[in-house]
Amino acid sequence: MNRIAQTLRGAALLDFWGAFGLGMRYFFRKKPTINYPFEKGRLSPRFRGQHALRRYPNGEERCIACKLCEAVCPAQAITIEAEPREDGSRRTTRYDIDMVKCIYCGFCAEACPVDAIVEGPNFEFATETREELYYDKAKLLDNGDRWEREIARNLELDARYR
Amino acid sequence: MFTAIANWWGSLPAELTWSLATIGQIMAFVVPLLLSLAFLLLMDRKVWAAVQMRKGPNTVGAFGLLQSFADFIKFVVKEIVVPAGADRPLFLLAPLLTFVFAFITWAVVPVAPGWVISDINVGILYIFAISSLGVYGIIIGGWASNSKYPFLGSLRSAAQMVSYEVSIGFILVTVLLMAGTMNLSALVEAQGGGFWNWHVLSLDMLPWPTFLITIPMFVIFFISALAETNRPPFDLPEAESELVAGYQVEYSSTPYLLFMIGEYLNIVLMCALMTVLFFGGWHAPFDFAPFTWVPPVFWFAIKVVFFFFMFAMVKALVPRYRYDQLMRLGWKIFLPTSLAAVFVMGAIVVYTRNAALGG
Repeated sequence: MNRIAQTLRGAALLDFWGAFGLGMRYFFRKKPTINYPFEKGRLSPRFRGQHALRRYPNGEERCIACKLCEAVCPAQAITIEAEPREDGSRRTTRYDIDMVKCIYCGFCAEACPVDAIVEGPNFEFATETREELYYDKAKLLDNGDRWEREIARNLELDARYR
Repeated sequence: MFTAIANWWGSLPAELTWSLATIGQIMAFVVPLLLSLAFLLLMDRKVWAAVQMRKGPNTVGAFGLLQSFADFIKFVVKEIVVPAGADRPLFLLAPLLTFVFAFITWAVVPVAPGWVISDINVGILYIFAISSLGVYGIIIGGWASNSKYPFLGSLRSAAQMVSYEVSIGFILVTVLLMAGTMNLSALVEAQGGGFWNWHVLSLDMLPWPTFLITIPMFVIFFISALAETNRPPFDLPEAESELVAGYQVEYSSTPYLLFMIGEYLNIVLMCALMTVLFFGGWHAPFDFAPFTWVPPVFWFAIKVVFFFFMFAMVKALVPRYRYDQLMRLGWKIFLPTSLAAVFVMGAIVVYTRNAALGG
């Protein structure tokens, strides 16, 4: 009896017409597609994108070469060399991040006692060669200058939860 | 001016004018066909996308209308890779075969009264013959690639197309028994007067309820057409989860493009055949004023596009069959059903003819 019912259902294409109705309902639904290069999705303040080295408002760089980020980095992507500057403060002479090694875990930003190294909201930094992804100190500071406004806003929004 | 051209045309040798006129006819048919195919391809992708709540291609031209042309250029300028172990002549012949067979079947399809390249009396037999040849492109392509997945894909496709060819044949026989002709134009002509005269309803055969036969036959024809053109849910020859891309694995660039155009032309051909055989070809659904103003070719096109939409919806909705299920459906369900339909329809036709002749 069950088999006969099943056969009749198959012969009447009931399953197909059910699927067809469902398909047509979805056909006219609003599409969630985002036209990516023209429209972009919302990013969380905690989004971990391209790295940046920040400065204080007076232009002094924040990094004090404590090397906590280098120590915590699980991918060992960060290389730091430091020396005292003429005014006696400890500063980095070299701060490299190998963006190819980096796994974007955000530990460096968490470890930083002065919020110098942060992961900004930029995710569109693809390059054509590998070498361009070996960031040095100048590049990171430049990122910091370029993205400071967004980074400061994100840090402020997330400050309550830290 | 016009008479001068006519005189010059008349002064040419008859063989030359005949050849030129035929080539002109073929071009006037093929170029619009290819152009509409470009937009049908886009429609396929758009429908598929809409069901999945995507937008589909929408960047090239307004609403992505030029997407197919961009794809065409992309395919043509890519490198033609011929595998080292492949049989070179056959490897390049296979997509050409698919392409050519897909085109020449269109020679007998009437799109409007008199709008047919070759109005032969055995149109249905011609379609039989050519659609059986269509499988050669796939088999040769799979064999000549000298690779495992294409080989498996082409074997599957051979078995599948042969199985469903049989039931398609019997359905065509059912229809030609009703119309009493194998000429496709005459077959459409016999369905004029309103949608109730279309073969799928065929209320003009009353009191014989032949629609009880033709409606199931149409459904079987539709499903067999899906299998015949390797569309989902019967796309086993190119099942990407099992065979990567089946017989197309080793193909790239223009040969692949030829395969794809051939495949889609076959799909549109199947839609056109459904229109011609079951849905009254170029005839309007009603034989009075507002409907008769629309030129016949538009009615034909609207019906074809509707069936193509159904093909696209099936592709979007239905999961792929297992191979043994495919064979079971073809040989154990469709074949006996269509055979029985031929028998019953033949009996009805013989009985009504004899009754009409007073015998």
